Amino acid sequence: MKARVFVTLKGGVLDPQGKAIHHALEGLGFSGVNDVRAGKLIELDLADGTSDADIDAMCSKLLANTVIENYRIEKIG
Amino acid sequence: MKSAVITFPGSNCDRDMATALELASGVKPVMLWHRETEIPAGIDLIAVPGGFSYGDYLRSGAMASRSPVMAAVREAAARGVYVLGVCNGFQVLTESGLLPGALMRNAGIHFVCRDVKLTVENSRSAFTSLYAQGEQVVFPVAHHDGNFFADDATLDRLEGEGRVAFRYAEQVNGSARNIAGILNDGGNVLGMMPHPERAVEDAHGNTDGARMFRGLVEGLMAAA
Repeated sequence: MKARVFVTLKGGVLDPQGKAIHHALEGLGFSGVNDVRAGKLIELDLADGTSDADIDAMCSKLLANTVIENYRIEKIG
Repeated sequence: MKSAVITFPGSNCDRDMATALELASGVKPVMLWHRETEIPAGIDLIAVPGGFSYGDYLRSGAMASRSPVMAAVREAAARGVYVLGVCNGFQVLTESGLLPGALMRNAGIHFVCRDVKLTVENSRSAFTSLYAQGEQVVFPVAHHDGNFFADDATLDRLEGEGRVAFRYAEQVNGSARNIAGILNDGGNVLGMMPHPERAVEDAHGNTDGARMFRGLVEGLMAAA
């Protein structure tokens, strides 16, 4: 069983990396990019039967810093 | 004053910190590896040094804050043992929940490595007792993730309770309200991005940091 965890900065938290990517895209001539936010994708290969509560605890205890980040869990298969 | 310095894989300011502590106290600090599960009895101050613990994987300070020794540091802090976290050490303390907020990538993206002016905002703490309120000091900074973030309610509480110990007197990294160092609610835990241990000898070009360590020695000896 696999799960993907998407970690993103909370709205309102400044994202300097997203801003730099935005500038670089503009530098390459791509117009019409309104905003860029960078995040992380973490793929977990889990023992079958790992509970949703355990996956959630992995996120809140380590994978995301909930002071500044949100997370979303996507289970695959 | 008996002190301990934590070393994580990737710490690189642990020996500088030990030298600064020994210079002020005359006693060699105990060096504690990240796998230790207990803080030796009689330790008055634990220093969490700068560096790139665990290669800054996941987030700066994230892996170190979950290491065995940090559980012991949290337990010691709760007993009133003093804890000083500098640079990566500050990041470890916020990630461990010993201090509020988070240290994010510098607003200007660049790694900042230079001397900066700071204002001493609280000279009543054990860490800052030898500084004058409102005094300007110069400490070196060397960090990529020093942009202090906390929500407005937390920032208001920190300011209201006098828990902002140091503020940047110039723009450095985009930190909320120019905060450079904060105290916990008990006043026994200080986290700061600038490096006092790199300003303790004439050869460093500046000795503004020496008073932090001398103040701790005087304060903690008097309390013992």
